[in-house]
Amino acid sequence: MTRLTVNGTPMEAVSDPGTPLLDVLRGEMGLTGTRFGCGLEACGACFVLLDGRPVASCTTPLSVAEGRDVVTIEGLAPGDELHPVQRAILDEQAGQCGFCLSGIMVSAAALLARDPHPDEEAVVAALDRNLCRCGVHRRVVRAVLKAAGEVTR
Amino acid sequence: MSERLAERVSIGPDGVICVIAGKVELGQGVLTALAQIAADALGADLAQVRMVAARTDGGPDEGLTAGSLSIQRAGPPLREACARVRAACAAEAARRWGVSPGEVTVRRGEFRAGDLTATYADLAKAVDLPAEEAPADAGTEQNVYVGTSVPRLDLPDKVAGRPRFIHDLRLPGQLHGRVLRPPSPGARLARLSPPPQDLRVVRDGSFLGVLGESEAEADRALGRLRRLAEWDERDTLPDENDLDTFLRAGPHETIPVRVADGEPPEGQVIEATYSRPFLAHASIAPSCAAARWNADGTLEVWTHSQGVYLLRRALAEVLGLDHDRVAVRHVEGAGCYGHNGADDVALDAALLARASGGRPVHVRWSRADELTWAPFGSAMSADVSAVVDEAGSVRSWQYDVWSQGHISRPTYGGRPGLLAGAHLERPWTYGAPTDPPPQAGWGSARNADPIYDFPRAQVTGHRLTETPIRSSALRSLGAFMNVFAIESFMDELALAAGRDPLEYRLDHLSDPRAREVLRRAADAAGWGRPGLGIGFARYKGFGAYCAAVAEIEAEQDVRVRRLTLAVDVGQVINPDGVRNQIEGGAVQATSWTLKERVRFDRRAITSRDWESYPILRFSETPEVAVELVEHPDTPPVGSGEAAQGPVAAAIANAVAASIEVRVRDLPITRDAIIRAIG
Ligand code: FES
Ligand code: FES
Repeated sequence: MTRLTVNGTPMEAVSDPGTPLLDVLRGEMGLTGTRFGCGLEACGACFVLLDGRPVASCTTPLSVAEGRDVVTIEGLAPGDELHPVQRAILDEQAGQCGFCLSGIMVSAAALLARDPHPDEEAVVAALDRNLCRCGVHRRVVRAVLKAAGEVTR
Repeated sequence: MSERLAERVSIGPDGVICVIAGKVELGQGVLTALAQIAADALGADLAQVRMVAARTDGGPDEGLTAGSLSIQRAGPPLREACARVRAACAAEAARRWGVSPGEVTVRRGEFRAGDLTATYADLAKAVDLPAEEAPADAGTEQNVYVGTSVPRLDLPDKVAGRPRFIHDLRLPGQLHGRVLRPPSPGARLARLSPPPQDLRVVRDGSFLGVLGESEAEADRALGRLRRLAEWDERDTLPDENDLDTFLRAGPHETIPVRVADGEPPEGQVIEATYSRPFLAHASIAPSCAAARWNADGTLEVWTHSQGVYLLRRALAEVLGLDHDRVAVRHVEGAGCYGHNGADDVALDAALLARASGGRPVHVRWSRADELTWAPFGSAMSADVSAVVDEAGSVRSWQYDVWSQGHISRPTYGGRPGLLAGAHLERPWTYGAPTDPPPQAGWGSARNADPIYDFPRAQVTGHRLTETPIRSSALRSLGAFMNVFAIESFMDELALAAGRDPLEYRLDHLSDPRAREVLRRAADAAGWGRPGLGIGFARYKGFGAYCAAVAEIEAEQDVRVRRLTLAVDVGQVINPDGVRNQIEGGAVQATSWTLKERVRFDRRAITSRDWESYPILRFSETPEVAVELVEHPDTPPVGSGEAAQGPVAAAIANAVAASIEVRVRDLPITRDAIIRAIG
């Protein structure tokens, strides 16, 4: 049994502690918003926040999350609300297939939590570990900058 | 045709109108555009229109969703069916109210005559009639949604992280399956050590898979299975560093695209050779499918295929079933840029589910499988030569292109064409890929015939008929390479003549829409500044017009700073949708042009992950500006494949303009530039 907090709720995971966190989230916990893209820490599709920092859940064993705080795309904002980044992505229509977006929004949310007013360069740098094949990069950057205007906590 | 209207358009008691267009969402926004067309033809509120995913059990066979043809082909019949539904409901309202149908109007889903009103839900019964009995004269519709930037209907789910992708599908009692692919294309299973009791192995010939209760368990089982298998391997692949020789060695089918009369005129001859490597789809998600065998011997399949009916036929053939025993349903996957592994993984799921005791099986490929086993876009090589007059204008043009075929979709060429088929005990080998016919825009020769007014031109394709590397449709097929070659060469001719590349093109071009697009892109980019490169094409010769101007930086590597495109797709259904497709196409083309190359040795594909098959990153992505040149009275054509060729050429031409190095072999890497200088 591994205790961890997922999207603010204390949970007990029964999967083997060596199981990738991604599989625990998608499988045991039914949180399928976190995506599998490569399983090799190379695309960012599976990013979640671990104590506020974006990590690749595909290569993070459950045991590493023990006693820590995990936030997935489903928990970026409370309840049915959307995080400013999510709203801005919709406003800018910054998506095509949308498969890359969960991980991208997790990276962006982490950036804005750390630096509420990033410049374009900082946004690009924060997203550089995330791949997108459909080519919505510039729209995403615009959206994150727009969201930054709103996140003033 | 005895199709009933309700088969395409059905109205629920809650007023929700379900529309089955037979097209599938591939990440390109097509369902949103079709919903706009449907809502306007119905006079309905967009919010009450639901687009139903394509399926073989209860949906029309609209063929593939491919080739930038969806709006063009599926739009008119959809509009017609919806207009008939509207007219049938209006007629029913008129009958009930004792007025003439002409007096009934409909707006936002509400029928009205004077003070009398009714909704679609009230009139739903009127729709259940054979299509041909429905009123043909549906009156005129008003465009409320068509022509506006309606937001994507599927995006809110995806942004919220709600289950929507096929990867998220969870069928009751579902198992997870993994396939152990052979280590190389020519490999055969030599020996399989007896698996331990707890390993649920499925084997048929060299096809090997495992089942697990969860994804994690299936992954672990796959690792164990790998250690039990021994393979016989052999070298079957060409020399990746000499693809020109491979492509030109034959045997070929000759494709006469344009045959010139008589002998070429005398004059100065200029010639050059261009090439591109094999390219991978490299979708951000690996292919995925689910399947369930029922007790009555029927099979259900969930897939992100581009063509549910084609896949059904191919599956039925491999599995020895009648077509009507197989139901294939579309569920959205990640971005699809052509014939990827979607169909293949559906057969994997069906094969594994055959051995699962009736439980559904969900299968997801690995990243390595996705990058090594899905079909590639073929490598290509082209020779261009021109005879020019004293002013450097083209008097005669000759173009020859060598390539593997660009289509090996399921059932094309009379074979199922599914990957696992070739590994079965009784194998279904896949044949050499072919090419679409001229009326569908060719394949190897797509856009090989230039749009320019050359007095004489000879254009020939040479399609390899023995193909050691599996290839099929990748976004724009041969057009990416052919436009890159033609438009690079036009630049070379212009520079040789000391003429401005834009003016040089315009001097050879009478098509007014083509001229406008070129001018618009050039103006928007500030043409005339040093270092810019331009590229242009009309996709397939009858599709969208697109011109691109590139601004680059060449230090260590080439970086594209900015792309400015102008595009004319005729009538625009959704302006932001078109922009998004052009932007995405331009960024993907930048990635192909600068970075991508499928790697292999003589035995196996060696580009298996994002390190060995790198794609463009955020920090490398150019600004993209798009000018829409609108022609509301011309039929809409697709935008998804228009930008690829022009962008490649614009980048190469910008490199030539900036550092005076002409790179003719893609990708334009640092090494390629050094080679071009040497
Ligand atoms: S799936 Fe984890 S980084 Fe790609
Ligand atoms: S939107 Fe498709 S991969 Fe990014």
